[in-house]
Amino acid sequence: MNWGGVILWGFVGTVVLTTLMSGSQALGLTRMNLPYMLGTMLTPNRDRAKLVGFGLHLINGWLFAIVYAAAFDSWGRATWWLGAGIGLVHALFVLAAATPVLPGMHPRMASEQHGPTPTRELEPPGFLALNYGRRTPVSVLVAHLAYGAILGAFYNLA
Amino acid sequence: MAEDARRDERYPDIGDYALIGNCRSAALIAKDGSLDWLCWPRFDSPSIFAALLDTDCGGRFRVGPAGPYRAVRRYLPDTNILETTFTCPSGIIVLRDLMPVASETEQRASLLPEHEILREVEGRAGEVEIEVVYEPRPDYGRETPRLVDRGPLGIVCSAGRGSLLLRSELPLHLTPDRAGARGVARVRAGERHYLSLSYSIEGPAVLPNLGPLAAGRVAQTARWWREWAERCAYEGPYRAAVVRSALALKLMTYAPSGAVIAAPTTSLPEAIGGARNWDYRYCWLRDASLTVRALFALGYGEEATAFLAWMLHATRLTRPELQVVYDVFGEARLPERELSHLNGYAESRPVRIGNGASAQLQLDVYGDVADAALRFAVRGGHFDRDSVRFLAGLGQTVCRRWREPDEGIWEVRAGRSHHTQSKALCWVALDRLIRLHDEHGLDIEVDRFREERDAIRTAIEERGFNERLGSYTRVFDGADVDASLLLLPLYGYVTATHPRMQATSRRILETLAQGPLVHRYARSTADGLAPGEGAFGICSFWAVECRARAGDLAGATVAFEQLLGYANDVGLFAEEIDPKTGAALGNFPQAFTHIGLINAALTLAECQQQVTPADRRLPVGSR
Repeated sequence: MNWGGVILWGFVGTVVLTTLMSGSQALGLTRMNLPYMLGTMLTPNRDRAKLVGFGLHLINGWLFAIVYAAAFDSWGRATWWLGAGIGLVHALFVLAAATPVLPGMHPRMASEQHGPTPTRELEPPGFLALNYGRRTPVSVLVAHLAYGAILGAFYNLA
Repeated sequence: MAEDARRDERYPDIGDYALIGNCRSAALIAKDGSLDWLCWPRFDSPSIFAALLDTDCGGRFRVGPAGPYRAVRRYLPDTNILETTFTCPSGIIVLRDLMPVASETEQRASLLPEHEILREVEGRAGEVEIEVVYEPRPDYGRETPRLVDRGPLGIVCSAGRGSLLLRSELPLHLTPDRAGARGVARVRAGERHYLSLSYSIEGPAVLPNLGPLAAGRVAQTARWWREWAERCAYEGPYRAAVVRSALALKLMTYAPSGAVIAAPTTSLPEAIGGARNWDYRYCWLRDASLTVRALFALGYGEEATAFLAWMLHATRLTRPELQVVYDVFGEARLPERELSHLNGYAESRPVRIGNGASAQLQLDVYGDVADAALRFAVRGGHFDRDSVRFLAGLGQTVCRRWREPDEGIWEVRAGRSHHTQSKALCWVALDRLIRLHDEHGLDIEVDRFREERDAIRTAIEERGFNERLGSYTRVFDGADVDASLLLLPLYGYVTATHPRMQATSRRILETLAQGPLVHRYARSTADGLAPGEGAFGICSFWAVECRARAGDLAGATVAFEQLLGYANDVGLFAEEIDPKTGAALGNFPQAFTHIGLINAALTLAECQQQVTPADRRLPVGSR
């Protein structure tokens, strides 16, 4: 595996993904703030949560880049559209499989059934994260397609 | 004519409203428990509820008795928590309204919504049927949202870039069109129920807990306000009114930047049915000097310094020229637009957002800013190099432009004139810069400032004083007066006991006053709009200060006490007062009027030799 490529393009892809998600927030397409969501797993302090969450998000970006790179290596080729294809699967997994189970994993997230409690006060994402805005799936999809396309286009096989 | 317009009874009197807030945004709540005005996430954001400006399509959030009642209101002592007690035939209930606030430590320790309004309903006697009406209409009533009931998570809808969430312990159901929610419930003595409305731009939103945790937020908020009020160093007469004014002023302070807005509303009319309806949700530099004086004198040095810092930051975009008005973050472009879909308060059209005054030339702002800077220096404040350059540029601009006509303090829309008060404030600007140089070592070149300062005085004394009338005049070579001339002794241009000023004060009181109330100028003065407006609260308080400084302490005290009688039931003042009915007119509540009240009380206290230690330290002659 080309570790230099994983680190570099995993970083670039994550930055672009984060920027696209923030841009979607600014445009009112979604309210989902991934670093904030991750950071509140560790702290209730809003500002600290965003900072810690950004670090976690970056690490996640690198971990996923390893998976993408492994796929490219096993196929013996890396192209932007192959990367975007993995990004599509990645986004669908996040929206359809990961977000519904998030209330069970996140120590401060309320559940759809029981509502908030003194320790669980964060809004759950709901199906396809639609609770964070009805264009959230589109924003997540576009951001992950870009992430995958960057890795596919610039990752050089070992 | 505007005054003859038939009053639309569906609108509560302006004075029937009370304000709650969290130093970022504010809401107006009527005596019937209807929240009729709310802009989120900040003061000048589009409204979520605007029944204040259109009872049909503006949107409201009412919690109150379903049947007849008698309402008595107050703020919980030394807080901005509004308490309305409804006495009904079947019992008594108490409604407490607040925007929760928390200390920095408390914010770090727990998840709190970005913005929240908490409404606590307590049964005190018998049993009362309560009605809840929830009709959010974001973007000044232009959006009709589709509400979604998410069960235990609350009732949700989108509003602008964010999401609005209502959680309630009282049962609610969506209306058939899903554009609102309603509910009716009986509340018995001893019961306590909470409704929480929150707004989030970031997801995941914080879902506010109700029950005991909501009670905790009420207690936390009360503690926060009481601790803030306790910092008030003023111990002179009328302390209760002064502290209430300080609390109102704090509600109109935008904490993230330190800016103080003029009022949290737009387009409340200066005459019912009239067109003098302006957006005051911005920050006027003119308020700088008097605001800083009031804050420093009350012991709120942090707030005064934050306001100064905002001022120095806000003016960066327009330096060395100063604009009249900026938004809370210093944005200088505030284009004025009319919202034709809104009927306006009691049919007072148009409803305006933005403020055209931002494009006017008002030379007096230079004096206000320089005077505020001197007050800061007197309190031990230091200026960085950039601020020194700014102050020097300010003086140079005054030297270059003071001979120009301007729109003046009243922001008239009838063209420019040579306003005497504007020239006097240009004199103040140069005088304060010279004092900053002479007394505080500010490294600026002041030789030209001295020459121009003297030239301004000569011009004012020759052309701004009418020998035949024996009075200063509204404009150069004029024959009438306006209330802005009352500021001349308050800024130290002339003493209140000087014969010229005494004659001017006399003339103002003769021609513009009705009892303790003072109009800003004569009805016949052309200001570009149809005539019809009330007396100005701030001018009335200036008159009190002038009388006290001129030696008429008894008369000033009587007038001040009469003016206090025009506050509404919770101690708030609008911009104007109808001399015939005593009703509040114009945007509400108005920071400048409350600043006037505080400064008048300080002057009375000073004249009565009852000043507080904090106040004695301020040696500025213009106090």
